[in-house]
Amino acid sequence: MKTLLSLKNVDVFYGRIHAVRRATLHVRQGEIVALIGGNGAGKTTMLCTISGLNRPGQGSILFGEEELTRRSPEQIVRAGISHVPEGRLVFSPLSVEDNLRLGAYTRPRFRDRAAIAEDLETMYAMFPVLRERRAQAAGTLSGGEQQMLAIGRALMARPRMLLLDEPGMGLAPLVVRDIFRHIVELRDRLGLTVLLVEQNAKSALKIADRGYVLENGRVILQGSAAELLANRDVQRAYLGREQD
Amino acid sequence: MDPSSLLQYLITGLTLGSTYGLTALGFTIIFNTTGVINFAQGEFVMLGGMMSVYFTRVLGLGEPVAVVLAVVGATVAGALVERLAIRPVRDCPTINLIIITIGVSILIRGLAMLAWGKDTHVLEPFSGDRPIMVLGAAVMPQALWVLAVSLLLLAGLKAFFSGTIHGKAMLACSHDPKAASLVGIGVQRMVLLSFMISALVGAVGGVILTPITMTSYDVGIMLGLKGFAACILGGLGNPFGAAAGGVILGVLESLGAGFVSSAYKDALAFVILLALLFVKPSGLFGLKDTKRV
Repeated sequence: MKTLLSLKNVDVFYGRIHAVRRATLHVRQGEIVALIGGNGAGKTTMLCTISGLNRPGQGSILFGEEELTRRSPEQIVRAGISHVPEGRLVFSPLSVEDNLRLGAYTRPRFRDRAAIAEDLETMYAMFPVLRERRAQAAGTLSGGEQQMLAIGRALMARPRMLLLDEPGMGLAPLVVRDIFRHIVELRDRLGLTVLLVEQNAKSALKIADRGYVLENGRVILQGSAAELLANRDVQRAYLGREQD
Repeated sequence: MDPSSLLQYLITGLTLGSTYGLTALGFTIIFNTTGVINFAQGEFVMLGGMMSVYFTRVLGLGEPVAVVLAVVGATVAGALVERLAIRPVRDCPTINLIIITIGVSILIRGLAMLAWGKDTHVLEPFSGDRPIMVLGAAVMPQALWVLAVSLLLLAGLKAFFSGTIHGKAMLACSHDPKAASLVGIGVQRMVLLSFMISALVGAVGGVILTPITMTSYDVGIMLGLKGFAACILGGLGNPFGAAAGGVILGVLESLGAGFVSSAYKDALAFVILLALLFVKPSGLFGLKDTKRV
């Protein structure tokens, strides 16, 4: 499979804090790749750098043939990467439907009118609870529903790649399983490529093809999901398994 | 108290209050997108009035053309304020930006004084000055203009914010700029737009008020303060509250001037404001924060 996204020696600084150090990673077309690591390992910073919220100090980010390194978030959305941020960040005073429509903000409103309406239907079909609540303020939804809305909003831009930051955070295990099932479905049905950050390493690696382990802003380990799941260091540090 | 003078004060208050409401709306729009209280808002109101005077008197244009040009001019001024004074320092803390707007207001006032002098100017009422008698109260045709234009503008803003994707994008920016940029909304462009809309709304208020209260280079100070008071009164951040706060302030001020003394007219607005802030600091229609984490 073709490489869709690649980061080469990316450094990110927050003031004097060196948050990401010479990170190199790649995601192939149609893959689900998990970034795992503890708190403050630089996972969120990495996603925000790809989506343009942070500017890398050094290094390069390539998406397909396009150089994304110092583009604005708006240009990166237009290039085909949608980022579902940590904490979901739905527009809580606006209705569910307005949230979804704003997801399509970068698309030409008149030329794409029919396609946007169609995509809205697709979202409602995928997440029926959103249709029920389409007129409700997004802030009144439950955590799991907000997560579905945030994913739906990101999909409305018709991205080729989805960046997901802690989609399971603060949700009940059953809801998390449901969300993860949707992520796999998105890849299988729409051919979407997914870069997934997750505190809960085990459930992330279960659906991922490959994974990278981050510590102190560095990639310290990489491999197929099965390899990482079987790795004793990973088990001890991130999967909460006791050593025998 | 006889009913016809009560009616008279009410009408005067409504007229004045609508323009306070428009100024307050200007504050609200910028506050909602940026978190900044733009203390140059009163100057946009002044620019609307002074530019229409300039265009009619000095350039000899017809009033309708002059009025439109004045509003356009003030809108451009709003855009310039954002581009030249706010954007270069956009990453500064909000309080710095607020202080910058105070500086901008002094600058605009100074430029207006240099360009147009310190005199007070009048503008011809839009449809003559023969009062219409309503139940014993004299209503100036200009008062009807003020009310009608204010309502129209309010309806227009409402349609923009709840009916168009750009209006919603602006609301999205005000709610969460980070999430807004992640869906591809150009946040800086929305800030620019908010300054332009605020300036436009303020200038329209200034233009329609000028035939009633006259104008000079420094009317922006008091109008800005009154608009700000209206904003706080209605609950900062709530557009409906801002408009309502303006009308309430105008009516109370006019009743106070009529029944107590017009010497205390300006003080009254601030006394009401202080009294309300003691009782209900979030304003009459302060927004409740509903947020689920």
